[in-house]
Amino acid sequence: MAETMRPAETTELGVGPLVPPQLPLAGEEDFEIQLESLNQWQLAWRRFKRHRLALIGSVAFGLIVLIAIVAPILWPYDVTDIPGAKTYGGDAPGLAPLSRLFGTDFGGRSVLQQVLVGARISVEVGVFTMLIAASLGVAVGSIAGYFGGMIDGFLMRFVDLLLAIPFLFVILVAARFFGGGDVVTLILIFGLLSWPGLARLVRAMFLSLREMDFVQAARAVGVSDLRIAFRHILPNALGPIVVSATLIMANAIVLEAFVSFLNFGIRATDVSWGNALSNSQGYLLNGNWWWPFFPGMAIAISVISVNFMGDGLRDALDPRARE
Amino acid sequence: MTLTVERATNVGPPAADVLLDVRDLRTYFHVMDGLVKAVDGVSFTIKRGETLGIVGESGCGKSVTSLSIMRLLDIPPGEIASGEIWLDGQDLLTLSPEEMREVRGNDVAMIFQEPMTSLNPVFTVGDQITEAVVQHTRMSKKEAWNKAIESLRLVGISNPERRVKQYPHELSGGMRQRVMIAMALSCDPKLLIADEPTTALDVTIQAQILELIRKIQDETDSALMLITHDLGVVAEMVEDVAVMYAGRIVERGTVEDVLVRPKHPYTEGLLTSIPSKGMRGSRLNVIKGTVPNPFNMPKGCNFAPRCPYRFEPCGAYDPRIEDAHPPDVACWLYTPAPGQTSAPRQSGPERQAGPMTTGAPT
Amino acid sequence: MSDATAAPSATKADPTGRDYGSSNGQVLLKVDGLVKYYPILGGLLRRKIGDVRAVDDVSFEINRGEVFGLVGESGCGKSTLGKTLIRLHPPTAGTASLDGEPIFEKRGKDLKRLRRRMQIIFQDPVGSLNPRMPVSDIIGEGLLAQAEKENGWGDRKVRDKRVGDFLEAVGLRRDYARRYPHEFSGGQRQRIGIARALALDPQFVVCDEPVSALDVSIQSQILNLLLDLRREFNLTYLFVAHNLSVVQYISDQVAVMYLGRIVEVADVQRLYSEPRHPYTVALLSAVPDPDPRVRKKRLVLKGDVPSPAAPPSGCRFHTRCWLREHLGNPENCVTDDPALREIGTAAGHRVACHYAERVSDAVVERAAALQPAIVADVAEEV
Repeated sequence: MAETMRPAETTELGVGPLVPPQLPLAGEEDFEIQLESLNQWQLAWRRFKRHRLALIGSVAFGLIVLIAIVAPILWPYDVTDIPGAKTYGGDAPGLAPLSRLFGTDFGGRSVLQQVLVGARISVEVGVFTMLIAASLGVAVGSIAGYFGGMIDGFLMRFVDLLLAIPFLFVILVAARFFGGGDVVTLILIFGLLSWPGLARLVRAMFLSLREMDFVQAARAVGVSDLRIAFRHILPNALGPIVVSATLIMANAIVLEAFVSFLNFGIRATDVSWGNALSNSQGYLLNGNWWWPFFPGMAIAISVISVNFMGDGLRDALDPRARE
Repeated sequence: MTLTVERATNVGPPAADVLLDVRDLRTYFHVMDGLVKAVDGVSFTIKRGETLGIVGESGCGKSVTSLSIMRLLDIPPGEIASGEIWLDGQDLLTLSPEEMREVRGNDVAMIFQEPMTSLNPVFTVGDQITEAVVQHTRMSKKEAWNKAIESLRLVGISNPERRVKQYPHELSGGMRQRVMIAMALSCDPKLLIADEPTTALDVTIQAQILELIRKIQDETDSALMLITHDLGVVAEMVEDVAVMYAGRIVERGTVEDVLVRPKHPYTEGLLTSIPSKGMRGSRLNVIKGTVPNPFNMPKGCNFAPRCPYRFEPCGAYDPRIEDAHPPDVACWLYTPAPGQTSAPRQSGPERQAGPMTTGAPT
Repeated sequence: MSDATAAPSATKADPTGRDYGSSNGQVLLKVDGLVKYYPILGGLLRRKIGDVRAVDDVSFEINRGEVFGLVGESGCGKSTLGKTLIRLHPPTAGTASLDGEPIFEKRGKDLKRLRRRMQIIFQDPVGSLNPRMPVSDIIGEGLLAQAEKENGWGDRKVRDKRVGDFLEAVGLRRDYARRYPHEFSGGQRQRIGIARALALDPQFVVCDEPVSALDVSIQSQILNLLLDLRREFNLTYLFVAHNLSVVQYISDQVAVMYLGRIVEVADVQRLYSEPRHPYTVALLSAVPDPDPRVRKKRLVLKGDVPSPAAPPSGCRFHTRCWLREHLGNPENCVTDDPALREIGTAAGHRVACHYAERVSDAVVERAAALQPAIVADVAEEV
């Protein structure tokens, strides 16, 4: 039977007998084999990296943010500067000069510049709307889920009410009424109206996490309720909250473009993707596809990259997932 | 189960009295951290009408073995890397998905641990049994419905005419497991695979279900492959047993041999770490450490790092159950290792007789 | 007990330094008439339409240094009982005292101080540790919450040392304190949960199915550890489990619960060798034995446990009772609720059955022989 033997790669015969070390009794010593040591953020990063689309999305969104910060400084946009187009309705894209890469609008202004500089408003609206909505949603959801009872009932009925209002209608009216085309006003309107969904989610997370054994254990050792909420429940609800927040961000970017397109949003003298789309309307029949196409692509790319990023974060932040 | 050597070198279908012949099955999983060899060269046979128990702790590969036989693995990440699974004269691994669907339910049926998730919550119990019957037999819907009522009666469900119209959530855990058994039996399978069938149930309900599986196996003369971590269930339910550790079968034989005179140090460790009546006041035996990390398997015998009897060859050579004569244990204590003229032991230490827990008053 | 007498034990921060003296036989925990109902809400206005009677009038005592085993099937109320006792759920009625001090009356600061003395070990090694906290925080958090001048736990250094001490006490390495729960195996996590409970220097620990989720070989490590720690720290356990062999191994006294009631209680040898409640008899006979040489005559109960929202009248077990059937279905099982009463066999052996004295070997054997081939899935309708 010797030929069926399969020795291990390196033979230790002759090195001496393998005598087991004299180990103490179990219960007094840990014999268990230790697993790899990575902290939770390293682990989250590892999971995130595996999500190729999420990685691409984050890089893309990072670039967009960078452009939003840098472009208006390096290449200031002047709405009054109208060099005039060579062709009626605007020049087609071309390689030289570089400003004509995406073509020009009817006034000969670079569409590339509008796309780059317009990123600022989209990013501003997306990020700040998300921040406002997330803070409100987490605050209201936590209070409702944590206190329960009457407070919960009152807050949730209020949320139901907000959700029952036709969102778009309110935004259009509010934008026209308070707006005057100011970015800050637009952000406030979006932010104050997009939190109810998140609040519901946070409340539900509170209700289910409240029953987890580790929360019970914290109560049993005498940890205060406030600390339980902030140290035990919220961190474990982080994944769904972050995903929901990225969705709000993507939604706000689309919404800004949409209301600007309808001329209810950013004032026409500011450059934004939505305004670019709006201005291009009248010239579409001339075959000037490049004018709406590039701003439209910019909107689509930023929304998709934000959504991919949210997907990756959801998987990465799930503390139970090891795969 | 036979104790003859079943090697991967066997060709062609097995003898006619062998119902299931698994040969050198290797099932791997490709996961983030690398390759997990969940089942790493497992061979066994079950003859018609016989019973085999597969025991082991979580992660030993016992459930993956049964899912490989049923071809119910998710591929990827799973992969049946090699092996043959002969069931009733055909190699299941060569069948198309359609042919395999015919085999499932017809020739082999499976009972899972969690009866709630294996029943579809939106269909009545009767619909689900009827569907299985219609799919596998030439019965009409009406006949199949009557067959469903009949099989519910067979598994001890009272008032089956009423139960057949109920939804799974209207039944208790024990009743759902009875329904699963009724469903499995409705097509008269030749092989019944029960994967931890009573683990989710309370002990008095477990007693009902075990009693039922035994009676039905007796009456229908189907073969039974019982997968469990509970050595008590094995002792009560099957004739033969195979003990799995880290993806391999490390010991096999009749229940009397393996549970009374365990040969492999792992089997012995398992048996002695169960608390029993005579052990009150004394320390329980423990198996040191935990199962090896699948990405960092020890050199030589997989169990060597935890083995109290470890000696020279264990860290160098990998013992295979097929190398033993008879092939009942994968351990260098019983088979001369390369470079050794004889093995230290001939037979396993006999365990003390006597009840573990007392039952009825004495 | 007043705060003045509570103070000495609070000053002893040293894990090994406590001395209860040889006070065996002295009652540490006394429970009297404990009731825990969960309201069932229904209808449009979510009004109460009934009660789930999880624990229904339970009384017992646990002596200092003992392990009191509590067995029963799922839904019998054993876990609820444990969690209600340590004030994780509010009780519906009844009283309980720890070392003479009332448990349920405590509020605010007093309650927090009481929590130190009663701790819990959970079943699920995954769910019982916050995945977002390092072990140092998981164990140290309780110390911080319970920090007082005397114990100095408010000081980070003192806390870290104590966390390390207790990691060692449960057989883990000190430097594991920096790690997160996902880096540990099930058995190791259970050890961390034990360290968290013991770091507060409790007198009384509820072990809520502490080994049920573990593999057999790991299970024995944890059982050994629990017994070692009991000796080392003078602990008293309420050991809640459904595994009868485990309870037999670890307990001194055992109580069997059925539908919110204790139906039988006795010291462990007595209960396992001479069970007198028909439910206990069936429960014990249902345990599969890993020794194939043992062939028990099995009593298989019919049906499932009835809903605790609508327990049967009279004796709650009468719908499934083999003894009642054997005795020709006497009427008082349906009408009279049997009290938990001392029976003649031994001191402290109490059974809640009208006919406990009729249980004998011969009766069990005859009842087992008369069982139908396949036992019914439902008990008789009431």
